[in-house]
Amino acid sequence: MKEGWEAVIGLEVHAQLSTESKIFCACSTQVGEEPNSNTCPVCLGLPGALPVLNRQALECAGKAALAIGLRINTESIFARKNYFYPDLPKGYQISQYDKPFSEHGTVEILSAERDEGGRPIEWKLKRFGITRAHIEEDAGKSVHDIGDPGKSHVNLNRAGTPLLEIVSEPDFRTSWEAYDYVAYLRRTLQDIGACDGNMEEGNLRCDANVSVRRPGEPFGTRTETKNINSLRFIQKAIDYEIARQIHVLESGGKIEQETRLWNEKENRTYTMRSKEDAHDYRYFPEPDLPPLEVSAAWIEGLQNSLPELPETRRQRFVKEYELSPEDALTLTASRAIADFYETVIETSGNHKAAANWMLSEVLRELKNADDDINASKLAAENLGAMIRLIDNNTISGKIAKDVFAEMWANGGDPDTIINEKGWVQITDLAAIEKIVDEVIANNPKQVESYKAGRVQLMGFFVGQTLKASGGKANPQAVNDIVKTKLG
Amino acid sequence: MNLTIDELHKLYASGDAKPSEITQAVLDRIEQTNDRLNTFLTINKEAALHRAAEADADIKDAVQTKPLAGIPVAVKDNMCTTGIRTTCGSRILGNYIPPYTATAVAKLEAAGAILVGKTNLDEFAMGSSNENSAFGPVRNPVNEGYVPGGSSGGSAVAVAADLSSVSLGSDTGGSIRQPASFCGVVGMKPTYGRVSRYGLVAFASSLDQIGPFGKNVKDVARTLGVIAGRDRYDSTSSNEVVPDYVNALTGDVKGLRIGVPPECFGEGLDAEVKTSVEAAIKKLEERGAEVVEITLPHSKYVVAVYYLIATAEASSNLARFDGVRYGFRAEEARTLSEMYKQSRDQGFGAEVKRRIMLGTFALSSGYYDAYYEKAQRVRQMLCNDFAEAFQKCDLIATPTAPTPAFKLGEKVNDPLAMYLDDIFTVTINLVGVPAISVPCGVSSNGLPIGLQLIGNHFDEARILNAAYAHEN
Repeated sequence: MKEGWEAVIGLEVHAQLSTESKIFCACSTQVGEEPNSNTCPVCLGLPGALPVLNRQALECAGKAALAIGLRINTESIFARKNYFYPDLPKGYQISQYDKPFSEHGTVEILSAERDEGGRPIEWKLKRFGITRAHIEEDAGKSVHDIGDPGKSHVNLNRAGTPLLEIVSEPDFRTSWEAYDYVAYLRRTLQDIGACDGNMEEGNLRCDANVSVRRPGEPFGTRTETKNINSLRFIQKAIDYEIARQIHVLESGGKIEQETRLWNEKENRTYTMRSKEDAHDYRYFPEPDLPPLEVSAAWIEGLQNSLPELPETRRQRFVKEYELSPEDALTLTASRAIADFYETVIETSGNHKAAANWMLSEVLRELKNADDDINASKLAAENLGAMIRLIDNNTISGKIAKDVFAEMWANGGDPDTIINEKGWVQITDLAAIEKIVDEVIANNPKQVESYKAGRVQLMGFFVGQTLKASGGKANPQAVNDIVKTKLG
Repeated sequence: MNLTIDELHKLYASGDAKPSEITQAVLDRIEQTNDRLNTFLTINKEAALHRAAEADADIKDAVQTKPLAGIPVAVKDNMCTTGIRTTCGSRILGNYIPPYTATAVAKLEAAGAILVGKTNLDEFAMGSSNENSAFGPVRNPVNEGYVPGGSSGGSAVAVAADLSSVSLGSDTGGSIRQPASFCGVVGMKPTYGRVSRYGLVAFASSLDQIGPFGKNVKDVARTLGVIAGRDRYDSTSSNEVVPDYVNALTGDVKGLRIGVPPECFGEGLDAEVKTSVEAAIKKLEERGAEVVEITLPHSKYVVAVYYLIATAEASSNLARFDGVRYGFRAEEARTLSEMYKQSRDQGFGAEVKRRIMLGTFALSSGYYDAYYEKAQRVRQMLCNDFAEAFQKCDLIATPTAPTPAFKLGEKVNDPLAMYLDDIFTVTINLVGVPAISVPCGVSSNGLPIGLQLIGNHFDEARILNAAYAHEN
């Protein structure tokens, strides 16, 4: 941020809820199918059709709201948001306005500024407010210029997909805070199965409200940037917008309240519509749906059904497994990773080694393979068993790397692998002594030099012994024996 | 031709007539009269004859089990019918054929009814004279120089002119009761939520309700029993048990407390209407009912409140007619915005456009609080007025309309005068309670006059019984 300026950022995140059927009808939420095949009179907005709230969508929204710390209102009101667009079949979106489904949330999450290379500088716990999260329906999709040039097509398969719109307080001051917050939301919603969280596919979308001011001054005029479809683009779009606004103001200009679009190819934002063209949504209570009433018992039931949430788990990992906050964040990136890690701990009884293997080998391989941990051949129990074999000196750390590579590539358990490959570490001192004797006998010249005072040759004898053992000799034992033999 | 349900069922049971014969006779009559009366927008001839022929086989048994077995019915053309054009009296839906059937219509058919056609109406049910139809006005069979009332003018005339036994209309501010009054038939608007709105093309969603027309109270009671009840496709439909409305018709009104609000008998009320309605109330009193004076202090606001709420909802409900999907699209448009504007400008009639503009304004940012929100607050006060009134009485009696039918063209250029015609009916929709209009007299020039009986929520049986007592 340029010296002497402060940015104020608020975010609106639209999360598609992972339900089988649409929010107000029984149609499937699958989008990849034949255009307009997953439709019915209700989601087509045919005259006379009426919405009926889907219970599954309501539960999903409830879990999501609770998971990000919001309070669910026992009564909320659906409202119509009126505007014309070809992929909005009723000419209004059923949303919520005055009395939203949930309100008053605060999240406490890790956030860090990043250096030029994108590396975190210092992780800090920060608090951000969430104003509200309300339930609404998604619109369809307009597709332009396919087949017939100059024509547009409307696909309503997505119309009526349930959304939770999560509106933050204007609490973010940097683009990385915004980045970390959306990453937190995505991680949490994915974790409880409320949202697939795939930003490229649009099932998590983000609009950023940005303004700048001199510290201590009231809020400046804000712009809203829409259409940001990755975490990285959120950060970039906000930084672009901050720099643009500071430039405009420093050049004596004025910020116009407007809606802008992020263009990922050009790394910049553009004006989409000015304040004059802003929609007047003419919100009013949706007369086709009675007020949404939920009981305290229903809310409590949902609360109890929630699993341990990623941020809670991260904090527990820090305490229980002595991880750095950052490592704990990495190991709670997904429920699958965190579960895997804890299974490794359980089977190995060594949380430090488990963390080391996870943070180095496992995550590196996953990144290379661009795969989900559940899809890999490596079983957490087997990694745990392998760590136990290291700890009880059955195999060396070096052999372990080979065992790991084998388990990663082909699966299998470490006992079978080391037996089949003959990789069991030699801890039998007599056997090691025998190899050392051979190495000494075969290298008389080096023995002479050593005895003449070249003690650094110690490493040579140890290395030769390990090599002769095929890497299986216990290195500490080799060290001790070589030292004794050479006197 | 006497087409009442009891009469037809008697003929069917005795074998003196068959559904196919009755249906053919009704269709013939429709064809003979439709050029003049313009009652039907679509005549469902082939399907009706086919269904009637199928019904012939077991009609003697069916009359025992199905309340509307072999009964010719007509349905207002704002209720969706699979495969049958549903126009809403509008150019914008001129060729629209829905892929599904409204719940109320499906229930009629399940009860054995034979749908003979879809009736004319004011465009999107907006009007009080049926002159706002894109397909021309309906004429009052009592006197063809007069309007039949609206917006369910076609459904009222279908029953009045013996073009069906019973019919369905929709009532947002009086659209069943006022034409029933003008045409001399019985018409009922049930409690909001009593009949599913699924498949009824919405005008004002918080006010719309489907209801029956009939030649007599019993036919209305029977038809209401068929169409009433919870529908899982309409979240605003009620779980309240549906009583046997026909069994409730004892004609006994002893001790029934009838509230009479002086607000509805003052200035602007036609003298003959006043006399007839007062005489009808007197008649009920003679039969043992007790007349009590009640007050509805916020009556003077009802037309304003109604035209704010109804138009606001309509402006949103009619947004879907944008030229993108079904129905009419202006072909000469070059941009999206032109397509919207031209399709809607050419597709909607003047009254519909007027109401869309009024409603859009009432909901606009900066005006919402002063108009829509305030109207909702007054609506709540009206509900309180009625709750208080029903502490003192069981039913409320008023005229259905301030005048008998007026002449075609008489109020076409004076929308405000037309709106004021709804003064006694709109309140009922705002409050959500049920009401009936029953014929209670005839003016000196031979035009029917209607008595409106209003009940508390879900008190249809009591209303029907009082109307039945009045009728006999």
